[in-house]
Amino acid sequence: MANIARCEVGDELPALVKQPDREQLVKYAAGSGDFNPLHYDPDFPQAQEIGANLVHGRFKYAALGQLVSDWLGHQGFVRRISASYRGMDRLGEAITCRGRVVAIGRERGRRVVLLALWTENAEGRRTTEGTAEVVCEP
Amino acid sequence: MDFVITTEMQAEIGVESAASRYEVTTTGIRAFARGVGYEDPVYYDREAAATAGYEQLPAPPGYLGTPVYLPGSTDPVFSVPQGSGPRPRYGLTRVLDGGTEAIYERPLHAGETLSVTDRLVDLKLRQSRSLGTMLIVSREATYRDQAGEIVVRERSHYIFYES
Repeated sequence: MANIARCEVGDELPALVKQPDREQLVKYAAGSGDFNPLHYDPDFPQAQEIGANLVHGRFKYAALGQLVSDWLGHQGFVRRISASYRGMDRLGEAITCRGRVVAIGRERGRRVVLLALWTENAEGRRTTEGTAEVVCEP
Repeated sequence: MDFVITTEMQAEIGVESAASRYEVTTTGIRAFARGVGYEDPVYYDREAAATAGYEQLPAPPGYLGTPVYLPGSTDPVFSVPQGSGPRPRYGLTRVLDGGTEAIYERPLHAGETLSVTDRLVDLKLRQSRSLGTMLIVSREATYRDQAGEIVVRERSHYIFYES
């Protein structure tokens, strides 16, 4: 766990690798309430058209949330988090969640850390781009 | 496909939905954390949460509670109030998620009941080489606590297209 009070611009968050299989995406469907068959049913027409079941965009968003949470170790509060789904990730393929400290500010005596977040697929292509803002405990 | 944004569609922009109830529960937090694959015990175990300084299980980033499921009025696939979620409309049948953002006023934790309203914010057309004409639907949901204070705003972008 990093010491958030001492993080600096340019610091990288420890990478988090996800490789969600069908079982994991079914669990995510249950946990999130998103039962779109695109994510788990190989016979679903849209999955047939695309040629694969796709990882939920919001699974990647939530995984980036985990990346931040694991790094933060409850030394602060995630005040804002965003993700833009730029590329499709297929069920069973590796997704590496990454982040970097891009700015540090102060607000009413508290440290506010701005993070750039992204996911990379197995080819190294960025399939999700995001940001988060973390307010550190004083 | 010759898809156009009609004046009727434009007229829906900004119209606030009726409020619906979302619950942030210990069971909901654990199910979400398992779905994502968290190993951090703070999202599962009351004692670990207490050690980390929380009175209740905290909600992981992006988890804004579970909408109360009401047969007939909740979307059976997306589990959100009908009309608010990614269910394709306007004669389009395919949907992909385009993006999500949550802006919190304060942390969320188990035991909270939230009142959520939702509105259409924007409609845009884009061309995609693989999917053809795409309609980008942007929505914003506002989550209020029992005191009526805004706790979170969530922005969602959905991509509707036709096969």
